[in-house]
Amino acid sequence: MTAAIQFVIDVLSLGGAYALMALGLVIVYGILRLVNFAYGELIMAAGYTLYLVSASPLPWLVMAVLAVGAAVVTGIATDYVAFRPVRAKSVTAVLITSFAFSTLLQNAAQLLISPRPRSIPLPEVFSDTVTLFGVVTPARNLITIAAAAVLLSLFTLAMRRTVLGIAMRAAATHFTMARMLGVPANLVISTAFAISGLLAGTVALLWLGRIGTVVPRVGLEPLLIAFIATVIGGMRSLEGAVLGGFLLAFIDTALNYSLPQDLLKFRDAFTFSLVILILLWRPAGLVRGPATGQRT
Amino acid sequence: MALAVEALEVRYGGIRAVRGVDIEVGDGEVVALLGANGAGKSSTLLAIAGAIRPYAGRVRLDGRDVTGSIPERMVRAGVAMVPETRDVFPDLTVEENLRLGAYVRRRDRADVEADRAAMFALFPRLAERAEQTAGTLSGGEQQMLVIARAMMSRPRLLLLDEPSLGLAPTIVEQIFAMIARLAATGLSILLVEQNVGKALAVADRAYVMRLGRIAAAGPARELAAAADLKEHYLGG
Repeated sequence: MTAAIQFVIDVLSLGGAYALMALGLVIVYGILRLVNFAYGELIMAAGYTLYLVSASPLPWLVMAVLAVGAAVVTGIATDYVAFRPVRAKSVTAVLITSFAFSTLLQNAAQLLISPRPRSIPLPEVFSDTVTLFGVVTPARNLITIAAAAVLLSLFTLAMRRTVLGIAMRAAATHFTMARMLGVPANLVISTAFAISGLLAGTVALLWLGRIGTVVPRVGLEPLLIAFIATVIGGMRSLEGAVLGGFLLAFIDTALNYSLPQDLLKFRDAFTFSLVILILLWRPAGLVRGPATGQRT
Repeated sequence: MALAVEALEVRYGGIRAVRGVDIEVGDGEVVALLGANGAGKSSTLLAIAGAIRPYAGRVRLDGRDVTGSIPERMVRAGVAMVPETRDVFPDLTVEENLRLGAYVRRRDRADVEADRAAMFALFPRLAERAEQTAGTLSGGEQQMLVIARAMMSRPRLLLLDEPSLGLAPTIVEQIFAMIARLAATGLSILLVEQNVGKALAVADRAYVMRLGRIAAAGPARELAAAADLKEHYLGG
């Protein structure tokens, strides 16, 4: 019984982080039909901001807000630097500019800070453990579950209730039609990048909280996770991205629990095999997006 | 003069879809733009709406040059476009679709609310389906929705592209009755149609396009009486 509870907590906490990562990637993809390959660097930016303000006397919560803010600013900067100048002209160009921006940010971190891991400040509660239904679990896991629940609900509410949210959902199906109703293209796209940064920044706090350090290439794994989760869930659907995140976390955790010790280091190979099977069964992902949609 | 299009040219790569078109739509006037498939009617409309950038020529609204404006600016200038692809947002509800139509004036909540009530009165079918997603509507209902949605921006000029396309005759009747009612409110309408009889019945004047050019123009009644019209627009 306790093992079952432990399993559920592990899946939900890992899945919450994965779902937020995936949602941050798909919110931009849904509108632009372009993957932001500099997405992982939003997490890196939040991490280094935490490191840079760690010497200050600020309370941790303020540092955390600054870190999330840095991710939002970096997200909007990605739009202005890598996307806006070329987005109407060529898909290939945006692919390259977003890679370039990613490399640029990583190299800047290497050059200006260090290629080595830098430790980031964490609140004490992150290293506490709590006992829940007889299961001892890191408090961090429960915080992740709570943060994911709050952010996902807020996000859903904003997309359903606000005019801008409705406009963003509309722009994800028929971008030109949304513009012909007066929805400003640039506002929608910048908002998507800002939301992407908000989600990535929050994930950064939780994700880096597991390791306690930040390195220039720290964003690579979250980008990969987000990408796989959105592919499983269906690239065109916000719900799909969240579902894909939780499913990927379920697969990872189940393998962690069931694989014998000497096979555990090959866990990712097992994960990817399962992902391939899922895609053979549902090539367009689990949740099909809106019927049509053209690029800007 | 509400709309004046002068020597408009639209190209797709090397293909010249529209080759020097002049169109005028006066205040409160309903003007039909007729012609066969591929004559360049939709391209003309999309170029006016700012969805595609004209290669050459001018588009003026009340004398102001708005050539090559982005679509969102054209909406603010009072031009609403209903494309032939009948682009409802399928996973948004009817109500949300209408709310987006009023995007440019979303801050006058009371007025928007009143307009929505007016649209629901005009299109009772939409009122019944307000909470349904637009993707579940029939073709005729979707056509009503895109017209109602366009009207939510309170346009002075409505660009209608093939509103009768693929609809059952009874629905076509209803759509044209609706167009007549909108025209009676003083709205200027530029109507692209293949259903020549219906279009000429509702229009004040008409243009006939052929291979990217204006082949004939005149008062709707005269064009309706002209014997060779069918040859023109059918591309004979």
